[in-house]
Amino acid sequence: MTTQQQLSAAAKAEIIPGPILEAQHLKKAFPLRRFNPLGAARAVHAVEDASLALFPGQAVALVGESGSGKTTIARILARLYHPTAGTIHFLGKPVKLAGSRQISEYRRNVQLIFQDPFSSLNPVHSVAYHLSRPLRLHGHARNSAEVREQSLALLRRVSLTPAEQFLQKYPHQLSGGQRQRVAIARALAVKPKVLLADEPVSMLDVSIRLDILNLLLRLKEEEQLALLFITHDIASARYFAEETLVMYAGQMVEGGPSEEITQQPKHPYTQLLLSAAPDPDRLRTEGKNLSVLPARGEIPSLVNPPSGCRFHPRCPHAMPVCRERFPQKTQLGNGHWTHCHLYGDGQADNVSG
Amino acid sequence: MNASMKREPLLEVKHLSVEYDAPNGTVHAVTDVSLTLHRGETFGLAGESGSGKSTLAYAVARLLNPPARVSSGEALYYPRPMPAQNGAHASRQAQSGGGAAWQPFDILRLSEEELRSFRWNDLAIVFQSAMNALNPVMDIGTQIMDVLWTHQSYLSKEECKQRAVELLQLVGIAPDRLKSYPHELSGGMRQRTVIAIALALSPEIIIMDEPTTALDVVVQRDILGEILRLQAQLGFAVIFITHDLSLLLELADTVAIMYAGRLVEQGSQRAVYEHPRHPYSYGLINSFPSLHGPRRKAYGIPGTPPDLRAVPTGCAFHPRCPLAFNACKTRLPLLRQVAATAEEGAPEQVACHLYNQAFREEAPTSADIAAAYEAKAERGGVR
Repeated sequence: MTTQQQLSAAAKAEIIPGPILEAQHLKKAFPLRRFNPLGAARAVHAVEDASLALFPGQAVALVGESGSGKTTIARILARLYHPTAGTIHFLGKPVKLAGSRQISEYRRNVQLIFQDPFSSLNPVHSVAYHLSRPLRLHGHARNSAEVREQSLALLRRVSLTPAEQFLQKYPHQLSGGQRQRVAIARALAVKPKVLLADEPVSMLDVSIRLDILNLLLRLKEEEQLALLFITHDIASARYFAEETLVMYAGQMVEGGPSEEITQQPKHPYTQLLLSAAPDPDRLRTEGKNLSVLPARGEIPSLVNPPSGCRFHPRCPHAMPVCRERFPQKTQLGNGHWTHCHLYGDGQADNVSG
Repeated sequence: MNASMKREPLLEVKHLSVEYDAPNGTVHAVTDVSLTLHRGETFGLAGESGSGKSTLAYAVARLLNPPARVSSGEALYYPRPMPAQNGAHASRQAQSGGGAAWQPFDILRLSEEELRSFRWNDLAIVFQSAMNALNPVMDIGTQIMDVLWTHQSYLSKEECKQRAVELLQLVGIAPDRLKSYPHELSGGMRQRTVIAIALALSPEIIIMDEPTTALDVVVQRDILGEILRLQAQLGFAVIFITHDLSLLLELADTVAIMYAGRLVEQGSQRAVYEHPRHPYSYGLINSFPSLHGPRRKAYGIPGTPPDLRAVPTGCAFHPRCPLAFNACKTRLPLLRQVAATAEEGAPEQVACHLYNQAFREEAPTSADIAAAYEAKAERGGVR
């Protein structure tokens, strides 16, 4: 992308107050192999009707347990998977889902950071090679001097100094945190507008996690990146993102400002997630007592998911209607919404916060 | 479990060091660690990967193989002072003539034979990944009964099966799962099965090495609740190893924090949480974003853990420490008692020159450490 194009794109982003990347009613089913040719076609219903919007300079956190479909959403947005249904809009224009030119154009703007920095870097190539590929492929650098100059700048941006030394290193010579920084630098190389971070810190050592989160926060603010932050840790969602979306078994159950979600969770699943999160503060108020779980059980099979609201078999407040249909979105004010019959049918007074 | 019983020692590790011989230098995985585990206590061991916490536990369980070797130290085990049917202490007792009082013995010096009966009767281990700890081609009933057959050969087949059913019920699995294979169980159920196997012979100590790391938060909480409940019921002691300090602070009675193979701080869970003395402990506790209180910028610990082949001189943490001064670079701080406030109860130990009056008149408060971390982060221009 030339500087002029970039400027015009940036100007466009300012003119359009809407989201930079918007996904509506995404659905993904992975077909299963049919062992009985006469049997019905079966599929894993990984994502069911998910919608989200990313704004420049803002982070959205997607929280859920494993199997909730959060990584599938990231991969659909990165165009690694083709959605079964739903639309994606980039800068207000629908994204065409075919054609290699468009894909390349799209990937110039939307980049994915993978969970595991130990397998997302190629062990036989140096850091210099990893950074030079996107620079060359997307035409940001034309000769090796430019490649070197820009690679060094990238390494400095992710705080890998002295950058000259890191350029020569191979992945096995780097620690986990350093590898993840290289992966972030590689994603930044194409000058994207959207970063999709799929559990960027869960494979890292605890003392290093915060460093990487702070790095992403700084990039978000300085470069006005739109960030999708996928995590299973609701506390880091609160720390990192302005908005939090909670997913359960492929369905989005609650969303809104992170502070509201963590302080006043409405959906029973969000409440369960929060009560299960490790929290030493609880000691002061409740003492050592770990057996306060409202709902047992685990995420259901997504081949034959429960009907209606998929949380109903574990939900302490389940009603007959929960089995029959998935509840509509209920706005609770202040941008906070939930899909739950407890709030949708005027029965909000049955449950206290 | 009453308080007097709790303070009775069960396992005393003294000056234990473990090294790995590698072609490019000796790795000092554990250096001069001493700790005491009391009966019925939950002892939490925390630290980053490579801090030596697993190596320490494996050394106590005698599970280390070359190139790892215990270079010095001892691990004294205090058997329960009552006649036992079998177990290492029984055979040990027989050897020493039987008449003498119950003596502690050094686990690190047991013979193969004695070790065989000591393991699982007295000390069991729950490994990190329950996915791999179970044999995939054996149903879980057989795996539980395997332990019983090996160690209690006097039991009949029916009795073994009866006991296996009891154990499964104890950890909350329906007995009809006896014939299930590991792949038919969810992650949480597999971890429960592993715990059931560990409980099979009612051991005194269970070492849990990151038992819930691979599990989802809700399942993790379920399992931890189960462990606490069983512990209250059966009275075993737990050595709980994890890198997740926020979890440990909720769970453990005593918390010890390791860095580069050494204990840097040890104290009651309340003392460590409310007043972490060592700058490393402070940094580790504050590496977790909080769910409550004001949303403020938090700082991680700058730098990376050291290479254990070449541990920094003096205090190994000094290159990353925001409060390091000259003495930290040259002189090794030893664990020393610091004055504990009344509500913290048990004495608190910390290996840091900041609390040594020879170097520093006044010990820093948590606020001082926080300010130093912030200043270091700003200065480094890293963030």
